[in-house]
Amino acid sequence: MVPLNWYIILSAVMFSIGMFGFLSRRNLVIMFICLELMLNAVNVSLVAFSHYLQSINGQILVFFVITVAAAEAAIGLAIIIAYYKNNPTIKVDEINILKG
Amino acid sequence: MENMIMNQLDYPILSWTVFLPLIGIPILLLIRNAKAIRWTTLLMTIITFFVSLPLLCGFDKTTYKMQFVEKSEWIPSWGINYLIGIDGISIFFILLTTLLSILCVLVSWKSVGTKVKEFHIAILAMETGMLGVFVAMDFFLFYLFWEAMLIPMFILIGVFGGENRVYAAVKFFLYTLAGSLLMLVGIVVLYLYGGRTLDIMALSQIQYPIKMQYWLFMAFFAAFAVKVPMFPVHTWLPDAHTEAPTAGSVILAGVLIKMGAYGFLRFSMPMLPDATLFFSGPILVLSIIAIIYGALVCFAQKDFKRLIAYSSVSHMGFVTLGLFALNTQGMEGGILQMVNHGVITGAMFLMIGMIYERTHTRVIADYGGFAKLVPWYAGFFMVLTFASIGLPGTNGFIGEFLIIFGAFKANMILGVFAATGIILGAGYMLTLYQKIFFQDADPDYEFSGKHPVRDLELREVITLLPLFVLIFWIGFYPNTFLEYMHSSVEHLLQQVNQNVYAGGENVFAKYIMEIF
Amino acid sequence: MLKYILIPLLPLLSFIINILFGRNYIKNRAHWIAVPAILGSFVLAVSACIEVLNGKVIDINVYSWIVSGSFNVSVGILIDQLTAVMLMVVTSIGSLIFIYSVGYMHGDKGYYRFFAYLSLFIFSMLTLVMANNFLIMYLGWEAVGLCSYFLIGFWFHKKSAGDAGKKAFIVNRFGDFGFGLGVILIFLTFGSLNYMEVFGAAGGIVGQTITLLGYKVDLITLICLLLFCGAMGKSAQFPFHVWLPDAMEGPTPVSALIHAATMVTAGVFMVARCNTLFSYSQTAMNTVAIVGGFTAIFAATIALVQNDIKRVIAYSTVSQLGYMFLALGVGAYSAGVFHLYTHAFFKALLFLGSGSVIHALHHAKQDDEQNMQVMGGLKKHMPITYWVFILATLSITGIPFLSGFFSKDEILWQTFQAGDLGKFLWFLGALAALLTAFYSWRLIYLTFHGEYRGDTECESRIHESPLVITIPLMLLAVGAVAAGWVGIPPVFLEHGDKIGYFLAPVLGHPEGHGTHAQEYFVIASSIFVAIAGWVIAYIMYIKNPGLPEKLFSAFRPVHKVLFNKYYIDEFYDKTIVQPVLKASDKIILAFDVNVIEGVVNGVPSLIGVFSKGLRKIQTGLLSNYAAVMAIGVLCVVGYMFFMR
Repeated sequence: MVPLNWYIILSAVMFSIGMFGFLSRRNLVIMFICLELMLNAVNVSLVAFSHYLQSINGQILVFFVITVAAAEAAIGLAIIIAYYKNNPTIKVDEINILKG
Repeated sequence: MENMIMNQLDYPILSWTVFLPLIGIPILLLIRNAKAIRWTTLLMTIITFFVSLPLLCGFDKTTYKMQFVEKSEWIPSWGINYLIGIDGISIFFILLTTLLSILCVLVSWKSVGTKVKEFHIAILAMETGMLGVFVAMDFFLFYLFWEAMLIPMFILIGVFGGENRVYAAVKFFLYTLAGSLLMLVGIVVLYLYGGRTLDIMALSQIQYPIKMQYWLFMAFFAAFAVKVPMFPVHTWLPDAHTEAPTAGSVILAGVLIKMGAYGFLRFSMPMLPDATLFFSGPILVLSIIAIIYGALVCFAQKDFKRLIAYSSVSHMGFVTLGLFALNTQGMEGGILQMVNHGVITGAMFLMIGMIYERTHTRVIADYGGFAKLVPWYAGFFMVLTFASIGLPGTNGFIGEFLIIFGAFKANMILGVFAATGIILGAGYMLTLYQKIFFQDADPDYEFSGKHPVRDLELREVITLLPLFVLIFWIGFYPNTFLEYMHSSVEHLLQQVNQNVYAGGENVFAKYIMEIF
Repeated sequence: MLKYILIPLLPLLSFIINILFGRNYIKNRAHWIAVPAILGSFVLAVSACIEVLNGKVIDINVYSWIVSGSFNVSVGILIDQLTAVMLMVVTSIGSLIFIYSVGYMHGDKGYYRFFAYLSLFIFSMLTLVMANNFLIMYLGWEAVGLCSYFLIGFWFHKKSAGDAGKKAFIVNRFGDFGFGLGVILIFLTFGSLNYMEVFGAAGGIVGQTITLLGYKVDLITLICLLLFCGAMGKSAQFPFHVWLPDAMEGPTPVSALIHAATMVTAGVFMVARCNTLFSYSQTAMNTVAIVGGFTAIFAATIALVQNDIKRVIAYSTVSQLGYMFLALGVGAYSAGVFHLYTHAFFKALLFLGSGSVIHALHHAKQDDEQNMQVMGGLKKHMPITYWVFILATLSITGIPFLSGFFSKDEILWQTFQAGDLGKFLWFLGALAALLTAFYSWRLIYLTFHGEYRGDTECESRIHESPLVITIPLMLLAVGAVAAGWVGIPPVFLEHGDKIGYFLAPVLGHPEGHGTHAQEYFVIASSIFVAIAGWVIAYIMYIKNPGLPEKLFSAFRPVHKVLFNKYYIDEFYDKTIVQPVLKASDKIILAFDVNVIEGVVNGVPSLIGVFSKGLRKIQTGLLSNYAAVMAIGVLCVVGYMFFMR
C-alpha cells in the first residue's frame, strides 16, 4: 500500500512543474498544457484524499474538474486559434492588448 | 390629509399633464418622416399646454394647501406613494414648462437637421421630467424625476450641441449628479427619521433636531445650489449654455435652473426652518457675490451665449437673495423673478439661436450694424435687453424691485449692494447691444453689415410672441401672477418663523460652533 | 377720468402705431399720427389745467399695480397746480417741437422711428409728472431715460452716438440707484408711496434716526439725499453732468425737447414735488442749494470756451438747471419751478434756432456744421433765425421785461434773502449770470456776425429754413418774451407773481424778510451783470476780434482746463470705467477661469493622475498576471500554514 504522503508529494511535484512551466514558457500551447498538468495534480491529490478519508466527495469533484478542464481546453484552444488567425503569433510577450 | 385638496375634476389633470409628452414618444418611434415628427411633437406639446391651462382657472388662490392632489399606492412596503399636487408656487413652473416646450419645438424647426427623431424624443422626455419634479409630493417620485431629467438634457447637450459639447455635457452631468447624491443621502435620513414615509407634506410637519437640520440643510443645499447655480458652483452653466442647442439653452435657462430655487422653497425652508434661518446670512452674502460677480464677468465676455449665461448667474443671485430675505416681498419677488428670468432669458436664447442659424457665429466681435440688417430682430432684442436690466413697465422691474425691497427690508446694506447689480446690468447689456446692433463692425469680419441676413420670419415671430406678451403683462399687471402666490408664501414664511430653537432670529454667530 | 388718462395715452398710442406699422406702411407719413396725438393731449391738458385753475385737484387711482404683502402700489394720476404747470410746458413745447421736426427730420431714413420715440417720450414724461405716487414717477423717470437713450443714439451707426446714449443711460442709472433706494426707504418709513399720504405723515418722523454702518443718520435727511441723488442724475448736476453735453449727438429737436425743456427738468420737478420732505431737513436743503449754485457757475465756465454751438447751449442748460436747484435749496420752490417754466421756452428756442442754423449749413453741405469757428455772418442769410436767437439770448441773459429776467431775478432775490449762506450763493448766482451773458453773446457774435469763415462756395447755398421750422421758432419766441409775465414781482406790479400764488398750495410761499431797497439792489445788480457780460463779449468778438486769441495764449493752462471740461470725463474713465473693465477681465474672469474652474477641473484630473499610476499595473502580459496570482496563492497558503 502506497502511503498518502507519496501521493501528496507526487501531486505537489506535478503542480510545481506545471506552475513553473506556466510562468516560464512563452508559448501559449505549452502554457496550456502546463495548466492541464496543474489541474491533474489537483486531481491526483483529490483522489488520494478521497481514498484516504473513505469519502466519495473527492471523486465527484474530480469529475467536475475533468469536465471543466475539457471545456476549458476546447474554448482556450479555440481562442488561441482565433487569435493566431488575426495575429500570427502565440507568444504571450507579444500579446498585450489588455494593457491599460 | 388636512393640508391637501384632492383633485375635484373628473379626470386626473396633473397626471395627464405630466405624462402626455411621454405618450408622444412611442408614437414618434413609429414615424419615419422628419416633418411628421416635428408636427407630432408640436401637437403633443400644444395639447399638453392646453391640458395644463385649466390648472390656472381651477386654482383656489385663497389657500396655501396642495391642490389637484392625486394619490395612489405605489410601493407600499417602503411607504412610497404616487402622490402629486401643486400649490401657488409650483403652478407657474408647470405652465412655464408647458409653454417653453412648445417654443423649443418651434425654434428647432430648421436648426436641427440630423437625428430629428432622437432630438424630439429627448425634448418630450425632458418635458415629462421637468413637470414631474414640480408636481411630485413624494420624495421617491421627486428624486426619480429629478435624476431622470438629467438624461435627456445630457443627450441634448452632448449630441446636438456645439464643438465642445461632450465636455460641457459631462461637466453638467457630473456637477448636478454630485449634488443630487448628497441630496439622496438627505432623503434617506429624512425617511428613516420621519417614520418610514416619503410624503413631503408629512415630513414638513416634523420637527427635526437642530444639528440634524444643519446637516440635512447642507446636503440639500449641495443639490440645489448647483442647480440654481449659486456662486461658486456656477461654472457648469456657461459651458452648458454655450454648447447646448437653442432648445437646450431655453429649457436650461427657463426651467432647469429654477428647480434649485424651487427646491429651497419646497424642501429646505418648510422642513428645516431653523437651519434656514441659520444659513440665510451666508446664502444672502453668496447671492450678493453672485449678482456682482456674474455681472462683472459679463463685461469681459467675447461670446454672445456665454455672456447671457453669466448674466443668468447674476439674475439667479437676485432670486436667491429674494428668497432668503425671508419676507413676503422678497420671496414673492424671487418667485416672480424666476418666472421673469425664464421668460426673458428663454426668449433671449431663442433669439440668439435664430441669429446663429443665419450667421453661424457666436463671437460678439463678428457682429455689428445689425439694426440696419435685421430691424425687426433688433427691435425684439431691444425689448429683451431692457426687460433684462429691469426697466419699469417690463416684468424684470417688478421682480427686481420686489427683491431689492425685500433685501433692503432684511438688511439695508444688502439692498444697496443688490441695487448696484442693476447699474452693472445696464452697463454690460447696453454694451452688448451697441456692439451687435449699432456700431458698424470691423469691415474685415464677415457679418459687418455687407452680407444680406434674413430678418425674422413668421414662425419665429410666433415663437417669440407669447414671451413678449408675458413681459409686458407682468410688467403692467403683475397681480395676475402675484395673487396666486400670496397664501402659499405667507404660509411658508409662517413655517419658517415657527422655528423652535432659533426663536425667530438669525443666530448665525451663536450656532457657528455647534455644527461641528 | 378717461379724459385725464388719455393725456398720456394718446402719445403712447401714436408710439405703438408708428413703431409697429411705421417701417412698412406709414414711412414718412408718421407725423400724421404723431402730431394729432400730441395736439390732442395738449388740448386735454389745457382743459385739465383750467379745472385746476378753478381750484379742482384731481387724484385718482386707476388700478392697483403691485400688491405683495403690505406693499401695495397703484397706478394713479395726480393733477395739481405743479403738475398743471408741467403739463403745459411738456405738451405745448412738445407740440411745437413735433411740428418743427416735420421739417427738420424731413427725408431722414428713420423718420417714423423718430416720431415713435418722441411720442413714447411724451408719454413717459407725462407719466412722470402726472404720477400720484413715487413708484409711478419712477416708472416715468426710467422711461424718459430710455427714450433719451433711443433718441441720443438715433443715428446709431455713428459710434459716438451709440456711446453717448449708453453713457447717458448708465450715468442716469447711478442717480436712479439712489432714487430707487430712496423710494424703498420711503415705503419702509411711511408704509405708503402715495404722495398725499407720505407728505401728510412726514411731520411725524422728524428727528428719527437710523443706524447705518454704525453711524446714526437722520432718516428724513437720508431719504431726501437719496432722492436728490436721482435728481442730480436726471438734471445733470455736478458730478453727474457729464452725460448731457454728449447727449447733443442726438438730433437737435431732441436736444431741445428732452435735453433742455422737459426731461432734464424732471429732477427739479421731483425735488419741488417732495418739497414737504426737503423742508424738514436743513442739511438736504443746503446740499441742494450748494450743488445747484456750484453747478451753475461750474458749467458756465466751461461754456465760455466751447466751439460746438450745441455744446455751448448744453452747458448753458446745465448751468440754468443749477439755478433752479439753487432756488429749491433756499426754499424758493415756486421760483425754481417758475424758472423751469420760462427756461423751457427760451432754451428750446435756442436749441431749435441752432438746429435751424445746423439744418441750413447741412443743406449747404458744410462738413463741420456745428463748429462756430467756421460760421459767422449768417445774419444776412437767416434773418428770422437771427432775430429769434437774439430774443432768446436777451431772455436768458436777464434783460428786463423778458421771461428770463423775471424768473432769474426771482431766484437771485430769494437766494439773497436766505441768510448768510444765501448771500454767498447769491454771489455765485450773479457771477454765473455774468458768465451766461458773456457766452450767450459770444455765441451770437461768432455765429451771426462778422464774415463767414467757412468755404465760400457753401455760403452761396445757405438760406433761411422753411416755414415749418420758422413758425415754431416764432411761436417759441413769443413764449421767450412773454411767458414770464405771469410772474412779475410785486415790486413792479401790484397783484403780480401770479404763478407763485398759483403754485402756493403745493409749494408754499416763502416769507421774505428783505426790504424793497435790497430788492432794487438785487435787480439793479443783475441787470448790471447782464449788460456787463454783453459788453465784454461785444468788445472781444466785434470790436477787437484778435483779443480772444491773445487772452487764450496768455492764460493757456486755464483755457486748456476749461476747454477740456476740467478733465472730468477723463477722470471718470480712469477711476470708474477702466477699473471695472480691468477688474472684469483681469481679476474676475481670471479668477473664474483659473481658480474656480481650476478646482472644478482639478478634481477629475487628480483622479486621472491616480488612475494613470494604477494603469501601470495592467501590463497585459499573461505571465505577469499568472505570477502575481501565484505569489498571491503562496502568500495565502503561507499565512494559513505558518500563522495558524
